[in-house]
Amino acid sequence: MRRALDRGVVRIALAIVAFVVLIVVVNVLTGGNFLTPGNLTNVLRQITYNAILAVGQTFVIITAGIDLSVGSLIELTGVVMAQFANASGLGGPLLVIVTTLVGVGVGALAGLVNALPVVRLNLPPFITTLAMMLMARGLAFHLSNGRPVPLNSDAFNALGTQYALHDLLAPLGLPGIPWAVMVMVAVVVVFAIVLNRTRFGRYVLALGGNEEAARLAGVNVGLVKTFVYVISGACAALAGMLLMARFQSGSPNTGIGSELQSIAAVVVGGTSLMGGRGSVIATFFGALLIGVLNNVMNLIGIDSYTQDIVLGGVILLAVMAEAIRKRVFAA
Amino acid sequence: MTGIEKSFPGVRALDGVSLEIRAGEVHAIVGENGAGKSTLMKILAGAYIADAGTIEVDGTPVTIDGPKSAERLGIGMIYQEFNLVPDLGVIENIVLGIEPVRGWFLDRSAAAERARAVLAELGIALPLDRPARRLSVAEQQLTEIAKALVRHARLIVMDEPTAALTDRETDALFALIAKLKAQDVAFAYISHRLEELPRIADRITVIRDGKAIETRAIADMPQSEMVRLMVGRPLDAQFPALPPVAADAPARLTVRDLRAASNVNGVSFVVRAGEIVGLAGLVGAGRTEIVRAIAGADVPSGGDVAVDGRVVRVTGPRSAIDAGIALITEDRKGQGLVLGMNVRENTTLAHLEDYSRGPFVDRAAEVAITDTEIAELRIRTPSSEQTVRNLSGGNQQKVVLAKWMTGDARVFLFDEPTRGVDVGAKAEIYALMLQLLARGAGIVMVSSELPEVLGMAHRVLVVRGGTIVAEFPREDATPARVIAAAAGVAA
Repeated sequence: MRRALDRGVVRIALAIVAFVVLIVVVNVLTGGNFLTPGNLTNVLRQITYNAILAVGQTFVIITAGIDLSVGSLIELTGVVMAQFANASGLGGPLLVIVTTLVGVGVGALAGLVNALPVVRLNLPPFITTLAMMLMARGLAFHLSNGRPVPLNSDAFNALGTQYALHDLLAPLGLPGIPWAVMVMVAVVVVFAIVLNRTRFGRYVLALGGNEEAARLAGVNVGLVKTFVYVISGACAALAGMLLMARFQSGSPNTGIGSELQSIAAVVVGGTSLMGGRGSVIATFFGALLIGVLNNVMNLIGIDSYTQDIVLGGVILLAVMAEAIRKRVFAA
Repeated sequence: MTGIEKSFPGVRALDGVSLEIRAGEVHAIVGENGAGKSTLMKILAGAYIADAGTIEVDGTPVTIDGPKSAERLGIGMIYQEFNLVPDLGVIENIVLGIEPVRGWFLDRSAAAERARAVLAELGIALPLDRPARRLSVAEQQLTEIAKALVRHARLIVMDEPTAALTDRETDALFALIAKLKAQDVAFAYISHRLEELPRIADRITVIRDGKAIETRAIADMPQSEMVRLMVGRPLDAQFPALPPVAADAPARLTVRDLRAASNVNGVSFVVRAGEIVGLAGLVGAGRTEIVRAIAGADVPSGGDVAVDGRVVRVTGPRSAIDAGIALITEDRKGQGLVLGMNVRENTTLAHLEDYSRGPFVDRAAEVAITDTEIAELRIRTPSSEQTVRNLSGGNQQKVVLAKWMTGDARVFLFDEPTRGVDVGAKAEIYALMLQLLARGAGIVMVSSELPEVLGMAHRVLVVRGGTIVAEFPREDATPARVIAAAAGVAA
């Protein structure tokens, strides 16, 4: 117990030290433009969508599955929510809540469709979610006739552009925290608790580690797996909602490549694609790392082609470092 | 090997072991689970790298830093769970990694030639094109031996080679070993079956707590002495005395005409409180399938299972667990444990709702029950937070038991409870069964070891073709009768 705890503390301390050093280096590189409240807020806002997607993806990947449909689901739920919000005649916070529930319902339903063939017929999730990726995108284009659906809502506009905790942080010269970031923090905290502290979370980890042992211990493996894909679909819907609020429209092609970004964040966070291990908090830091990298490269003025090369290299390095660390600690 | 040391997180597996194996000898290595036998052999085979110590081959110091370098030095390892590629045929498996080629392409006929040559030399016949997954255990083992010999192995390490073999297959294996011995091949032979060692081994080394305790000629070490050295104390009789079943003991488990697609064809029997019923039979007779159907691991297609007279609708493991049925499977790594989780998480997995508040796991309650089980079952682990992957086989088996002890199960189905488990842990498992009986549990025990069935069961049911063909009370169960019934011949 003690040793495990000490090792955890050492790891976290190391991570913090590395992070601080990195930030200082980065700040020097960018001529002091990185460590400004405006820029940091910007980074957080930018990673919001990917971090939320990646939280759902983490659950799927812990069960040794994968969800390729989340990028398309951003689009489908975004289009559906924009059309619903425009047609509903509601306003204010009620509009936001009801619309979000509709979107989350669509995302969860798509997750259910992803899961059923995996659970019932033992099909590989790579295939079922690939099919959903195509179908959801096609459906989004159909519903929107291929054009972004403009959103006319003050409430969503506020959510996409306003800041929370404004009064609290104003004396410090900060504008507050974007509402989208607040949503992200809530998602991360809630699902970190779900994974680490609930029976459901324990079952997710157990069936990822050894599905047959979990089944024989009475775990309802099918139900747990189904929920995992439902969570991923619902997270995609939340990301879709925030993206819609930000851009004041539900667009059928905003999510292209998002699924791979979310997988990258999970993997950089140290979750194994083999299943059985993983952490929501680590995934958040994975998304943060990728976001900071993107931001810094923008500030330094690196072109976007080079950015992709660097990003790919960093993902590879992160996974290699994890593999080496595992070898050192395990041997 | 001299002064070999090896540590794992929280465990000192080897503490300066020295061992000498001579050409053309069979060197038996015995010890309790967790004594360090397997670790030592894995170092020899290059699967682990020693922290300290030296290894010499033919008097020359060598470094073994991986399976390839062990192979180059002429060391072949045959693991208990074989290392064959399930979908490749016998030939492909034998030449795996050293495939003969012609230019860029595989030379199939040369591969077949090489495989045939080595099998002919061994004097054995194998279905050359059959994929490994469809070979019998004995055939897989022969394939492994051929694989080692094709690589010019001069020392073959065998881990529990007879654990899953029939008596006839064991005889054939021993004849083969004798033949290879005559060609100066050396064997390091790990086994828990002490009674077979005088037949096959020349010398024996006993390992205990990561140290080589003693090496002697096998003739100078009677079995009782082996056991004494292994456990460090004399052991009582092999099987404890079974308390009689009370005359008015109620039926705990009633099985009526149970059927399942997996080869369960109309099975009926009763287990009373405080009773152990042994299921004997040949491999493939359907014993495992019967207990799996009762526990819902395979869903029954017909018949009744009742616990304490109440019929249980067995639709899956959960329904059986809720009815108080616990299945301790034979394959602990594949089915019993989540190896990457720790002792606590494995212990509470089947009854997590008992250690929860609402949807939340109550970690303090988990730690409390796990510490209790660790103490009660004498699980050797640094703490409840140790990953079970790092525990020895016997201790892993105890974690599986801990998982089923925590609930309020009244029917325990043990499938090969002592397979691959050493003498000391065996005695502890038997003692645990008696404890369960004292609590009023009913026990079904599947075992391939006839002495175990005869020694640890009140009644013996013989299974053949997925159904029960004979029943013997303990007094009447002689080896001859049980074997005759299992094989379907008149006694």
